[in-house]
Amino acid sequence: MSDVNTDDAPLSASKHTAAAIDTATESLIEKRGDTMVGRAVTINRPRAELFAYFRDFTNLAHFMENVERIDVIDAKRSHWVVKAPGGRTVEWDALITDEVEGEYLAWASQPGADVANSGRIDFRDAGARGTVVTATLLYDPPYGVVGRLIAKLFQREPAIQARRDLRRFKQLMETGEVATAARTRKQFEEEMA
Amino acid sequence: MRALTWHGRHDVRVDTVDDPEILNPRDAIIKITATAICGSDLHLYDGYIPTMQAGDILGHEFMGEVVETGSGSTLKKGQKVVVPFTIACGSCYHCGKHQYSACDNGLPADNQDIAQTLYGQPMSGLFGYSHMTGGYAGGQAEYVRVPFSDVGPIVIPEGIDDEKVLFLSDILPTGWMAAENADIEPGDTVAVWGCGPVGLFAVQSAFLMGAERVIAIDHFPHRLELAKKFGAETINFEDSAVYEALMEMTGGIGPDAVIDSVGLEAHGFFVDNVIDQIKKSTFLGTDRTHSIRQAIFACRKGGRVSMPAVYGGFVDKFPLGAFMEKGLTLKTGQTHVQHYLPGLLAAILEEKIDTTFLISHRLALEDAPKGYKMFHYNQNEVTKVVLKPGLALA
Repeated sequence: MSDVNTDDAPLSASKHTAAAIDTATESLIEKRGDTMVGRAVTINRPRAELFAYFRDFTNLAHFMENVERIDVIDAKRSHWVVKAPGGRTVEWDALITDEVEGEYLAWASQPGADVANSGRIDFRDAGARGTVVTATLLYDPPYGVVGRLIAKLFQREPAIQARRDLRRFKQLMETGEVATAARTRKQFEEEMA
Repeated sequence: MRALTWHGRHDVRVDTVDDPEILNPRDAIIKITATAICGSDLHLYDGYIPTMQAGDILGHEFMGEVVETGSGSTLKKGQKVVVPFTIACGSCYHCGKHQYSACDNGLPADNQDIAQTLYGQPMSGLFGYSHMTGGYAGGQAEYVRVPFSDVGPIVIPEGIDDEKVLFLSDILPTGWMAAENADIEPGDTVAVWGCGPVGLFAVQSAFLMGAERVIAIDHFPHRLELAKKFGAETINFEDSAVYEALMEMTGGIGPDAVIDSVGLEAHGFFVDNVIDQIKKSTFLGTDRTHSIRQAIFACRKGGRVSMPAVYGGFVDKFPLGAFMEKGLTLKTGQTHVQHYLPGLLAAILEEKIDTTFLISHRLALEDAPKGYKMFHYNQNEVTKVVLKPGLALA
């Protein structure tokens, strides 16, 4: 760790963004952008179970609402198709850059990505409370600030998505389902669209 | 199906809408046999609660018959159930501690943003109470979809009349938890502000928990009469000065525990941009925010403050000095309904608690808009409106 902050707060809460990103990239995250998001959620399930579910990327579309599909190419590589504002999609190839089973997973998008991104997801034991899952993402929003505003308007901004996706991951792992307030199948499908 | 839907201030209608369907494994579909209009529904009716959308189905006090179940539900078709107004998963850390209204998973992920922004962490979902509490369709309808049906609804033995158990859905556990939060000791004098359903159930519960005296405070004579029937002494704040009366009635000590079951629910869900609109309304003119201040002021030194009343926003002039200097304890929160259901159902079946006295009007579901209107305009006589989809129009 470098000396970005004088406290024990996570880097994603730092007020010194640029320095925090430099520090983050020293800790296994490849530099793929200038926007950092960090989210932690406590899930009342064992660490090994959560890691195993997450590591099988074919599961991710179950709780990542904006993921249209993830094609697993081989043990380290996958192809992501993700919904973007205006009914479009963005795509990239992701490479797992580092991992320790049951503990963490780091990835980075490969050259040619529509949205360059990288990050790591950590699983830490939380005793009787289960497991703390922390996602830290770096990304390069398309069309910069304007693109980010548009994405936020359509609620497809990675910061919002990461928060909601982690909540859905927690719901699915703890309750076996993702909560919905829809009343009918038709409403449910409209929400998913 | 037919359902009571919200369309705006003082505009609720019975519309025909699509029937609910099983969407998740733990869901069940309930055919409603009885549902009540809650005092807090009036805040929706009055248009004070943001994040409402035209067409939303209201109702969070309901019961009925199981007609369909998902693969993960433990209910069986034909069972009669009462459904808690709080939607809780039963699997998260908070549910494990029986803090059901603090459930992590009851709210859809997207809806959690509003509550997280306002309160720091999102709470459980609620039926029929705006999109901030999940946007779930309520039970003032012929059918309702109940999520997590394996942990929420309580099965009622055959042959028990709906009216005896309907209030397990909200107001009875809420009144009970209010008394429990007052940490009543034998010989205590407990003062209860507000003789609505929650206050009246708090009066009954306080006596069951060993209170020697309960003093009920309201201004509706009929409601004070009901409190009296349960053995409470009464103060009508239009006739008497409340603080002075309480001090004299307790020999200059003050009540050992105070319960605020008035509140200002309308405050609760407000974001800044609608506060001005509310301040303009006459609702604040009714002096209701006064109750918690008065309760703290009257409470004896080292006493307990229980606040079942719903607050949601920010309160001015909270008597923090009196609260600290007198060393009071405050307990509050949305009701952990699921935690109280087995015990309270048993108390009803053993006839230790009666809830039917509260019902003043019974209407067909089709008459629900009339029910809202009469409840809104006559709170003295109208203590509880129960809607029954099976009932013929009056």
